[in-house]
Amino acid sequence: MNTKKIVVVGNGMVGHYYVEKMAALAQAFDITVIGGEPRPAYDRVHLSEVFNGKDPEDLALTTREHYKEIGVKAHFGDTVVTIDREKKTVITELGRHFPYDKLILATGSYPFVPPVPGSDAKACLTYRTIDDLGAIRAQARLGKVGVVVGGGLLGLECANALKNLGLETHVVEFAPGLMGVQLDEGGSGMLRAMIEELDVQVHTSKATQKIVPGKDHTLRMEFADGGALETDLIVFSAGIRPNDQLAKQAGLEIGERGGIVIDYHCRTSDSDIFAIGECALFGGKIFGLVAPGYRMADAALSQLTDTPQSFQGADMSTKLKLLGIDVGSIGDSHGKTLIDDKVPASFLYSNDRERVYKKIVVSPDGKKLLGAVLVGDCSDYDNLLQLYLNDMDLPENPEHIILPADDGNNAAFSGMELPLTATICSCLNVTKGDIVAAIDGGCTTVADVKSCTQASTGCGGCAALLKSTVDTELAARGVEINNHLCEHFAYSRQDLFHMIKVGRLEHFDDVLAKHGTGRGCEVCKPTVGSILASLWNDYILKPEHLPLQDTNDNFLANMQKDGTYSIVPRIPGGEITAEKLIVIGEVAKKYALYTKITGGQRIDLFGARVNQLPDIWSELVSAGFETGHAYGKALRTVKSCVGNSWCRYGVQDSVSMAIFIENRYKGIRSPHKIKSAVSGCTRECAEAQSKDFGVIATENGWNLYVCGNGGMKPRHADLFATDLDDATLIKYIDRFLMFYIRTADRLQRTSVWMNNLEGGLDYLREVVIDDKLGLAEELEAQMALLLDKYQCEWKTTIEDPERLKRFRQFVNSEKDDTHIVFVQERGQSRPAKEQEREALTTA
Amino acid sequence: MTSAAVSYSPFDPIAVFDRADLVENAGVCVLINDVQVAVFYMPKETPCVFALHNWDPLGKANVLYRGIVGDVNGERFVSSPLYKQHYSLDTGRCLEDETVSVPVYEAFVEDDTVTITLQSRRQK
Ligand SMILES: Cc1cc2nc3c(=O)[nH]c(=O)nc-3n(C[C@H](O)[C@H](O)[C@H](O)COP(=O)(O)OP(=O)(O)OC[C@H]3O[C@@H](n4cnc5c(N)ncnc54)[C@H](O)[C@@H]3O)c2cc1C
Ligand code: SF4
Ligand code: SF4
Ligand code: FES
Repeated sequence: MNTKKIVVVGNGMVGHYYVEKMAALAQAFDITVIGGEPRPAYDRVHLSEVFNGKDPEDLALTTREHYKEIGVKAHFGDTVVTIDREKKTVITELGRHFPYDKLILATGSYPFVPPVPGSDAKACLTYRTIDDLGAIRAQARLGKVGVVVGGGLLGLECANALKNLGLETHVVEFAPGLMGVQLDEGGSGMLRAMIEELDVQVHTSKATQKIVPGKDHTLRMEFADGGALETDLIVFSAGIRPNDQLAKQAGLEIGERGGIVIDYHCRTSDSDIFAIGECALFGGKIFGLVAPGYRMADAALSQLTDTPQSFQGADMSTKLKLLGIDVGSIGDSHGKTLIDDKVPASFLYSNDRERVYKKIVVSPDGKKLLGAVLVGDCSDYDNLLQLYLNDMDLPENPEHIILPADDGNNAAFSGMELPLTATICSCLNVTKGDIVAAIDGGCTTVADVKSCTQASTGCGGCAALLKSTVDTELAARGVEINNHLCEHFAYSRQDLFHMIKVGRLEHFDDVLAKHGTGRGCEVCKPTVGSILASLWNDYILKPEHLPLQDTNDNFLANMQKDGTYSIVPRIPGGEITAEKLIVIGEVAKKYALYTKITGGQRIDLFGARVNQLPDIWSELVSAGFETGHAYGKALRTVKSCVGNSWCRYGVQDSVSMAIFIENRYKGIRSPHKIKSAVSGCTRECAEAQSKDFGVIATENGWNLYVCGNGGMKPRHADLFATDLDDATLIKYIDRFLMFYIRTADRLQRTSVWMNNLEGGLDYLREVVIDDKLGLAEELEAQMALLLDKYQCEWKTTIEDPERLKRFRQFVNSEKDDTHIVFVQERGQSRPAKEQEREALTTA
Repeated sequence: MTSAAVSYSPFDPIAVFDRADLVENAGVCVLINDVQVAVFYMPKETPCVFALHNWDPLGKANVLYRGIVGDVNGERFVSSPLYKQHYSLDTGRCLEDETVSVPVYEAFVEDDTVTITLQSRRQK
């Protein structure tokens, strides 16, 4: 049998999902993708984040190389213009012909621009693609005022973008309220008030009649009511229209108001052609969200397998943050569903002081939830959505579920048990049943379940629900989530940190006597040692602390495979004078050390015997070097690019900032190593986004990124705050680091730590920026104490003859360890391999 | 403090050195006829010194004296600074791999003097 030729038109989010799923099937297909945009699929849902500083590249869902690897033929920047159904071939604008056995239309939709005279002006834009972003940004540079036409979900998101671009922002809406589709009048009113507080001006019931050149600004909008508004750019966000022209031309059935008509199997009126995503019309409806599109893709794909599934429509409930305001809408938010001719009952809680609006729509008998509106507080969204989706019975007095609870925990939901069929993650279509199965299959943490089921790897909106589901299931199985440090301490690192701090304990023996049992081990000793250092910053080789240190900390150098050590002097920011370079060279030459440049812009000297360390360091210290702490779980390096001192593109002095940061935090002991970098502009030559905290210069200051890392599981850092001045930047880093040092588990890098914080990045922002826990001052004070007590451990060591005794190879002999043998390679030493050693020692 | 005097043959090679050369709750290394011996000093234990060959048989380097000491389930150990395997201070047995062990030697402290002999310690 020939492999079936599959042609997918459109490489948006849904088209890409389809391709990726198809390539993963056991059965082989010959897949061709034609994408109208010049780049492979990207995450449109998070488009607005580009205005917060995210690199458009980071939105990519795939790459050309990846498609190649999975055997998909992809053509970007070409559009399909004709479907020849007779010959079963599509023809593109560039004249290419692609024959198909099955054709998938995933052409998505385009923004509707009302046919107002003048709406074709150059400063009239739309908001749907990465290219649109570029156009908006370019236009925004030329002016001061921006208008969004359309007060729906996308319009408000766009308003946020304009605001972030520094424009005076207006929203012009034709209807009387904002987000009319999702919100009722009251919710819409509350949202409007909150948005206006953010200096976004809202104009409702405004019909734009024409757009003409303006006097003070580029354009002038004239409204039907006689009013007018001048602006420098207009973004139309007045709804979407399906891209159905191609299908229409091919004679496929199209809905009255557009959309390619599909059946339960996502088939169009031609059984060899499927349509999925925002171009498809199912049950008279276009589904303008990504999750329903994915479900269509699943259904369409399954028709080519032995287990066909159907698409049954999808829930359009949404939860989002608009201009920082939580908004949620579930089911029938307007209360229009009639049941046995009876109107539903509504319950309403509205609080103008705290700016919270909650409404639930309940069946006439009060048993079932039909819909809900939430503005200002979405904390009940997950629970309400589950009640709604799973048709669960409401408690006797349904109003309780929206009334504020004293302790902040809504008791009305406690004990709510979801059925196994409940969808926990709608992006990836993971049910509670899937999660239970994963746990039965051996997963014991949220992270395990995540990687096993893929839950919460899409928009991330389900993270809290996923965690509580996993926790409940584990607890039900009697699995105690054990984060005890080791057999000697029945506490987590975080608990211990707290107890040592509160009890002002300064020695391991005291900690063990008070809170532990036994003698300690190689797990708890270094952990406690690190906590003591983080809290009191004592010299780590004091006799009472020395036994706690891992060998690297113990000898203030990094042990290599043959028992020799490597040495890394600190070179802050990677900047070094010629004189110091020469010193390093001479020391290396004198002691025959192997030298190598590290990834952190320093120089590593290998092959020092333990008894050579003090001499080598005496020379380095007297030349002005300090220890680089390469041996410690501590701040390692702060890389930098040359920034605006040299670089044509630089906008800030990244080297000075990197040196400042490195000198500030050097020596601070932490749960794991910490790396940082500073780039002088968004070109990001210092790779700051792969660091625990990274700083990137902007025209107005610095953007701070947190919780990235390289290594085994690389992770891009998240944008934490933008356009900070020097003082605020340092303040945030102080708090961020100290909070990490306090609360992370042993050997937990910042990325994993943040993933495990309930509330993730947003929570971290609340703690560090908004000081939600009221901890900021204490964190800063703690940091100040550590900074105050900094010392170069090598300097202290070489000044104390007692300490130097520690570096003898043998206490009773001056001899060397004869097992250490070097050979020469490329003009430098390296440890001899086994055969080489035999040859050398027997010769 | 004096540990129970253990007699050794006058022909056994020995090392004698000051108690002050020991490091509390950590190890040092002595050389006896080209044999490297790691000597651990745990003042609160009985006995309070332990002597093991310094060779880490899995890491293949002379490094054991630089490991951290402690206990698992009451068994006193030194953990290899290279790959973290535990070696019993009392028997030299590797707790992760029973086919591996390191030699243990007699060690005792008298007043301010520590004596290590190359005689294998008698199993208790
Ligand atoms: C700013 C913004 C925010 C959003 N926020 C959310 C949200 O929070 N939650 C949510 O669920 N949804 C959100 N959405 C909607 C979501 O992005 C869409 O539902 C989703 O992208 C639809 O995917 P699709 O593949 O059907 O269409 P698209 O992603 O639009 O992809 C269609 C692709 O097909 C290409 N194409 C069209 N015609 C042709 C042709 N003839 N030949 C070749 N290629 C062609 C187009 O160029 C396009 O690249 C948002 C959308 C925007 C714009
Ligand atoms: S990040 Fe910017 S400033 Fe720094 S070297 Fe690269 S281009 Fe220049
Ligand atoms: S990547 Fe592996 S081999 Fe290279 S230095 Fe790191 S741990 Fe060693
Ligand atoms: S709902 Fe979007 S990732 Fe789970």
